[in-house]
Amino acid sequence: MPILHPNDIVSSEITPPEIYRERRRFMQGMGALAAGAILGVAPEAGAGVKLAGVRASAYSIDEDKTPYKDVTTYNNFYEFGTGKGDPSENAGSLKTRPWTVAVEGEVANPKTYDIDALLKLAPLEERVYRMRCVEGWSMVIPWVGFPLKELIRRAAPTGNARYVEFVTLNDPEQMPGLRRRILSWPYLEGLRLDEAMHPLAILAVGLYGEVLPNQNGAPIRLVVPWKYGFKSAKSIVRIRFVEKPPLTTWMAAAPREYGFYSNVNPEVDHPRWSQARERRIGELSKRDTLMFNGYGAQVAQLYRGMDLQKFF
Amino acid sequence: MPTALRTLKAGVFLMCLLPLARLVYLGGVGGLGANPIEFVTHSTGTWALTGLMVTLSVTPLRRLTGQADLLRYRRMLGLFAFFYACLHFVTYIWLDQFFDLAAIAKDIVKRPFVTVGFAAFILLVPLAVTSTHAMMRRLGRRWQRLHRLVYLIALLGVVHYLWLVKKDLTEPLIYGGILALLLALRLPWGAVLLQAARNRFVQAGSSDMRSRL
Repeated sequence: MPILHPNDIVSSEITPPEIYRERRRFMQGMGALAAGAILGVAPEAGAGVKLAGVRASAYSIDEDKTPYKDVTTYNNFYEFGTGKGDPSENAGSLKTRPWTVAVEGEVANPKTYDIDALLKLAPLEERVYRMRCVEGWSMVIPWVGFPLKELIRRAAPTGNARYVEFVTLNDPEQMPGLRRRILSWPYLEGLRLDEAMHPLAILAVGLYGEVLPNQNGAPIRLVVPWKYGFKSAKSIVRIRFVEKPPLTTWMAAAPREYGFYSNVNPEVDHPRWSQARERRIGELSKRDTLMFNGYGAQVAQLYRGMDLQKFF
Repeated sequence: MPTALRTLKAGVFLMCLLPLARLVYLGGVGGLGANPIEFVTHSTGTWALTGLMVTLSVTPLRRLTGQADLLRYRRMLGLFAFFYACLHFVTYIWLDQFFDLAAIAKDIVKRPFVTVGFAAFILLVPLAVTSTHAMMRRLGRRWQRLHRLVYLIALLGVVHYLWLVKKDLTEPLIYGGILALLLALRLPWGAVLLQAARNRFVQAGSSDMRSRL
């Protein structure tokens, strides 16, 4: 083994300090990742942790965002209680690791994805979307996610696949609201395959650049901005491709009030209240509700020739 | 009026103001949540309904305890129920609809839960107006007949609540259950039941006195 004397080191081999520091930072980052791996938790698992490599998206709207506090404390997520504040108070019991999402049914490539694999499935994008609740209020939320069609493409639906069904976790241990049969559990939602393939439909894993808080549907949820909020299923564990339209949870609960499509439509009222206007959270007076929640230019062609009064 | 009773009445009066004080406080510290108008609407609505229930419990409580003095609080409690119903109504007219009369009229005609809520509020007005001693004297027997409307009003209030919730009927059903109990206690057998309970209560009290003597 040769012994190097100090004067044997050529000047070209001395690392400039800025590169040295960069290497150190890189090594520290690797150390944190390794520690996370040893502990069995991904370093990016917790809500509030910044998501890396998020790109901006041309599909974002330029409207004032609803404050983070309102987005994360005013929620409908009946698995944690029916009050608006219940999800933020009770969702701490939800464990988002380990977590898998089963992709199954009429597909060539059925597969159970680990959540950390899903996070790397496609580049993450920030999508600032309007969110209109069927109850008559709305928000503007900067979601982080990737197009649902990226997953669908990999699953390769067969010719029989006409609809996609989304199933939420059904574990009363983690979700205290499930102990009361307010709705038929598990929560089930559905889209037509072409709706699911639309570039606006995303699987969200974060908001405000950070990991999704539990009360907003962690670790992964659907976001379909031109439909009422309840269509965007939260904390998804199963995505199934089927031939017939699934009987969604709200349709089963009140078929007269909630249809399969549930597109935002100011001309079709809820049987018990008007949908013509909405209160944007943070604003005092109401604003007019927009057809397809303002996404008509992109999605109206999906419903060409359909009577939207009938297919509400 | 004796001083003790006046103090007690002032205490009840202040207690009835607590729900409003809470709203003012929460409004001041920004504690009304993401949707403050909804919060105020729900809060004033539930307190109006609670006020009606408390008012309706005066008669059964009087029969149960034999305390005729309880009647002295009934008018004040009823007027507080009306006060919270007014706040609820004003919140709707002003903060929710911003005096859009066309939209309000459409709401009342088209939305059954608004229709019954509006009817309940309108029916409360003559009761509040005729709540004075002078009006009681002037109306005589007709006063009691008029004020029996409160049973219908409370029922409309519960239906209003039942029809507006999206899915979870628990809370409106609790109000419905309490109202059913309060109304049942006014039926002949309900009064008998209260009388029997009172006799036991009073007997137990007097035997207790005897044992102490």
